Amino acid sequence: MQPVTTWQPLLRVEDLRTYFFTRRGVVKAVDGVSFSVAPGETLGIVGESGSGKTITSLSLLRLVPQPGGKIIGGKVLFEGVDLLRLSEAEMRGYRGSKISMILQDPMASLNPVYTIGEQVAEPLRQHQHLAGKTLWDHVTEALRLLRIPSPRERLQNYPHQMSGGMRQRVVGGIAISCLPKLIIADEPTTALDATIQAQYLAHLKDLQRQTNVAMIFVSHDFGIVARMCDRVAVMYAGKIVETASVRELFSNPRHPYTIGLVNSVPRLDRKEERLASIEGQPPALLNLPPGCRFAPRCYAVFDRCWKEQPPNFEAGDDHSASCWRVAS
Amino acid sequence: MTPAPLLEGRHLKKHFPVTRGLALQRTVGWVRAVDDVSFVIRPGETLSLVGESGAGKTTVAKTVLLLEQLTGGNLLFHGTDVRQFGRAELKEYRSNVQAVFQDPWGSMNPRMRVKTIVGEPLVVNTTLSKQEIYKKVLELLAQVGLRADQAELYPHEFSGGQRQRIAVARALALNPRLVVLDEPVSALDVSIRAQIMNLLKDIQTRYGLSYLLIAHNLATVRYMSHAVAIMYLGEIVEYAEGDELFEQPLHPYTKALMSAALPAHPDEVIEEMVLSGEMPSPLNPPRGCHFHPRCPFAMPICREVAPAVTRAGSSHTVSCHLYDAATA
Repeated sequence: MQPVTTWQPLLRVEDLRTYFFTRRGVVKAVDGVSFSVAPGETLGIVGESGSGKTITSLSLLRLVPQPGGKIIGGKVLFEGVDLLRLSEAEMRGYRGSKISMILQDPMASLNPVYTIGEQVAEPLRQHQHLAGKTLWDHVTEALRLLRIPSPRERLQNYPHQMSGGMRQRVVGGIAISCLPKLIIADEPTTALDATIQAQYLAHLKDLQRQTNVAMIFVSHDFGIVARMCDRVAVMYAGKIVETASVRELFSNPRHPYTIGLVNSVPRLDRKEERLASIEGQPPALLNLPPGCRFAPRCYAVFDRCWKEQPPNFEAGDDHSASCWRVAS
Repeated sequence: MTPAPLLEGRHLKKHFPVTRGLALQRTVGWVRAVDDVSFVIRPGETLSLVGESGAGKTTVAKTVLLLEQLTGGNLLFHGTDVRQFGRAELKEYRSNVQAVFQDPWGSMNPRMRVKTIVGEPLVVNTTLSKQEIYKKVLELLAQVGLRADQAELYPHEFSGGQRQRIAVARALALNPRLVVLDEPVSALDVSIRAQIMNLLKDIQTRYGLSYLLIAHNLATVRYMSHAVAIMYLGEIVEYAEGDELFEQPLHPYTKALMSAALPAHPDEVIEEMVLSGEMPSPLNPPRGCHFHPRCPFAMPICREVAPAVTRAGSSHTVSCHLYDAATA
């Protein structure tokens, strides 16, 4: 864990709202989300499909899918600058340079007709105006940081000549080439096999130790969060329902949804007779109920939950949960 | 003590030819997808095959479902070789062995109503009347936790977890003895996985069904199985019953898989063991032990001689030279 020296977060998101305007109504994919990330810290955003975790991460870089999607409110303060107020040209100066992204499918983020070298070089040319030997030295260094064997020879390769794990490392290399302050990784290992995933996660950790880059890890997998993150935000139906340090979240979850999730994951270190499961399924984001969005699946539901949305309550040191049960 | 096996695989082999040339196809090599695999599935029990992509676990499942012809070896159902089956017996075998696949979106005809999907095996394989089939379909839906009125809906009107329930109902329609489960929960959301795993366990207890579970998540496997076989490059490298494999893993690859498994809690103790390299191509497997290029304990003998299956307990076998001395 990184010691937090000055409590000056690198990124602070306040009341972010991203809605999709469809013919059937407004989908509130991200509805009032707030969190912060300190330099060198790893924040996990966990949630199921449709919880809004990916749209949240895309909103930070203003890459919300078009048409239909729109950031309608909130602030994204990066080093004190509200990214939502920048012009498109100014925003481009951040993407891939100060903030970069690693996506799930490496084949979709690499261009099949350019060599690996060209693709790692692109952000360096664009943002740092490097050329010639300096450029290629930087490119090689980026690939070496992600432990790509014989990086200089690999520069001439095309994506199809590499395995899935190797491609994802190249994508990682592109992401760190400009030495960003923040990397947003959206399910970066879902397409990889178990032992390859372990390699990749170990490399990312290493990289973070060497460069002190902050990371946001978006995942549906509590295991990845347990292994990689310092703090965790749990999302459900467009809202963050609980935030805590990773140990606190697993040892002392307070929101019934988090409790359900932590208990429903089978363990490798002991045999369980029966898993606790959360009944029902996540709600559709059109026509949400007026009260707490988890109420229909909650085992501890009471009258107030159906009528009013719970705000965030303090639930311990650097731990908050939005549940009426926590308040009372 | 141990009941007679329901299904037994003896030295199963499946090799795929690699051909070159359009008009005159020459065979230039063989992919040994499954190479000398033996296993036993007992009534009411679950055997799991674990391995990374390319290990051959799905090919084993396909041979059990008779979707692939064996290159060598015997498959015995209730002690009789499947090759000796006549037409009627083959049809009976196919009714007795059903499957649930990973992708609940890809395994259902989107233009059929649920009642048609679940009833189809009954139309094809039995002489029941329309009313009888409809009644049976409603019973099946109730067993997997779906409502009778949902029989009239189409697959797209269901979530992933509900579709997997439909797939289970269809697999149960003919009262099978064995169900092949190919990654049945890996496409589902975290909160839904426990629901489906519990459903599968309940059904197993109720009907005394056997499962052949194909999975890569070891924690899921521990929760579901009575016996586990770890596969690497077409071979079973370790096999154990009960919890033995999880409490006393022997093969270095099994240990690496356990180490790569993601923890269910940040405090879960994991032996650090990150493998270098990737699984080699099954077209050109390494000499000696297939695992030696990645094995941290590789000895000179591993490069030359393939290890034999060694007994390491009453129901625990391992193929690794590290344990040769134990038997000698």
